[in-house]
Amino acid sequence: MTTETAREPRAVLDAPGGGWRVVASKELADHLYSGRFVVLLAVLGIATAAAVFAASGAIREVAQDAEDVTALFLKLFTVTTDPVPFPLIIFVSLLAPLLGIMFGFDSVNGERAQGTLPRLLSQPIHRDEVILGKFVAGIGVISIMLTALVAFVAGIGIFRLGVTPTLAEISRLVVWLVFAIVYVAFWQALATLVSVRTNRAATSALVPVGIWLVLALFGTFLFSAVADVISPDDGAQGADLANAEAEYLISQISPITLFQEGSTVLLDPEVGYTGLLTFERVDRAIVSELDLLQSLGVVWPPMVALLAMTAVLFALAYVSFMRQEVRA
Amino acid sequence: MASAIRTIDLTKRYDEATVVNGLDLDIETGEVFGLLGPNGAGKTTTILMLLGLTEPSSGSMEILGLDPRRHPLEVKRRVGYLPDAVGFYDDLTGRQNLRFTARLNQIDDMDHTIDDLLGQVGLQAAADQPAGEYSRGMKQRLGMADALVKDPSILILDEPTTAIDPEGVAEILDMIRRLAVEKQVTVLLSSHLLNQVQAVCDRVAIFVAGSVVAQGTPHDLAAEQVGHVRVEFRFAGDVATARSRLGQIATVDDVIVGRVPNSLIATLDPGTLADTVNGLVSGGSKLVGVRRVDDDLDAIYRRYFETREEVTA
Repeated sequence: MTTETAREPRAVLDAPGGGWRVVASKELADHLYSGRFVVLLAVLGIATAAAVFAASGAIREVAQDAEDVTALFLKLFTVTTDPVPFPLIIFVSLLAPLLGIMFGFDSVNGERAQGTLPRLLSQPIHRDEVILGKFVAGIGVISIMLTALVAFVAGIGIFRLGVTPTLAEISRLVVWLVFAIVYVAFWQALATLVSVRTNRAATSALVPVGIWLVLALFGTFLFSAVADVISPDDGAQGADLANAEAEYLISQISPITLFQEGSTVLLDPEVGYTGLLTFERVDRAIVSELDLLQSLGVVWPPMVALLAMTAVLFALAYVSFMRQEVRA
Repeated sequence: MASAIRTIDLTKRYDEATVVNGLDLDIETGEVFGLLGPNGAGKTTTILMLLGLTEPSSGSMEILGLDPRRHPLEVKRRVGYLPDAVGFYDDLTGRQNLRFTARLNQIDDMDHTIDDLLGQVGLQAAADQPAGEYSRGMKQRLGMADALVKDPSILILDEPTTAIDPEGVAEILDMIRRLAVEKQVTVLLSSHLLNQVQAVCDRVAIFVAGSVVAQGTPHDLAAEQVGHVRVEFRFAGDVATARSRLGQIATVDDVIVGRVPNSLIATLDPGTLADTVNGLVSGGSKLVGVRRVDDDLDAIYRRYFETREEVTA
């Protein structure tokens, strides 16, 4: 009797768990052949190329005068030049969310709309393998695109600057690439959650796009407005500092802020702090080159925060999907 | 023979509405069982519960001796399912759609299996066309092949004949029959078109508003229908006299003029049909045709839900 009852749950556990791989490989193939992949690649590619050409031109001028510029190659990502109003990392932080949203917004309700969900769920795979497979495929295609873009930038950089990146610079770029993938995965997880909860693809595209636009365009304004309410700068001693501190803390809820902060530290060895530069902390900002481990020591809070936010959103999508009933 | 599908007091409530109410089914291995009823009777909900896709509110069920709630994968591995209004990935071809299902089921010799199934449902020519270009009927056929990819012991078909032309319906029904006879596949099919499916069913349950109102072989159910059937008589001229003669026969209840020229439709006890025909002929009426207007289960069907929807003949 005891052996019987012990065996029963085993039968379920013994079941093949490779279903998510089948789902993921199908989804990945779908993404790679899809029109949206081609369009996104073209748009991001052209925009990046323009930004990098401008940046490399500016760097060339600087580099001719100064012999001893540190991490010259990474300047491609962090330098601001004339025709493009912000450096490449800011550009990535503003546009890359679109990638995550595009590959997540119809992942579940698209199946519902096509009437394939009941058929898919009646196959011998666990339900979580469906959403896991889709998420993994999304991260896969995002990784491919971001890696291609970074390689593209590096290629243009080598060609235009005539400087090859050092090993230290390459390792910084790789860490940053992983960070960027997590950042885009955050937006994918958000879009997936909305696609589980809503039935129409149009709605589930609008919600994450709305959040993205609000944070990207009005984020700074919103955070300072909230900070003014919580901790108004009324002219009292230290009130301006308290106000700035509050604004900084509130801005940390935005993944865009987290990514921009982390990116700056990761790609610029001379940036040794995040957050406000106050008088007490000024020693940290003294220009001295950090190695990668030191930089990581500085940026682990925003990196972990972003990873945690991504994990929470995916967990919400996952639980929500698991509890949903197929209805007649 | 062992039960393939068995439910005891299976009930599903959504908020206030009871969609399936105390359903008892016992379907034997190799049987073709028809779940008949109008749209919204709870047929699809019942099927979703049997597949473990929807949680019952109460009651118990066994598929091949297994509870689908506790052994969902084992059940899904052995049950082929054709959903109502089946959908496919529009960008993939019919063949690619089937390959995806085959991979999820870890079918070994999948190319051979798929070729064979595409042939059986008559889709070889369209196999490499995107499924988005398929007509409704073609999707239905592809869905049939899709449900068979895993070589199931049980086949659950939700409205398998809707959206298919009459010729296609005959082919699908023929296929169902062959699977049951040759491979001992148990088939549970739901339909709101009684006439189409009754020929293929060993047993049927008439399902109205969440409850089974009648269950048995089509023949038994028809016999249970005490009282009267409707019979159409066609004459070579002189319908008026024939009408008065019919009216005089004691066992005939009601006579109306039929839609066919020179015809009458009488409601009578099926046991007295021979005497009625005799009476007409001996009275001098030139009778050229006699036809039961009701198919076997039509009367039952009309009695339970004619008011709810148009019964297509």
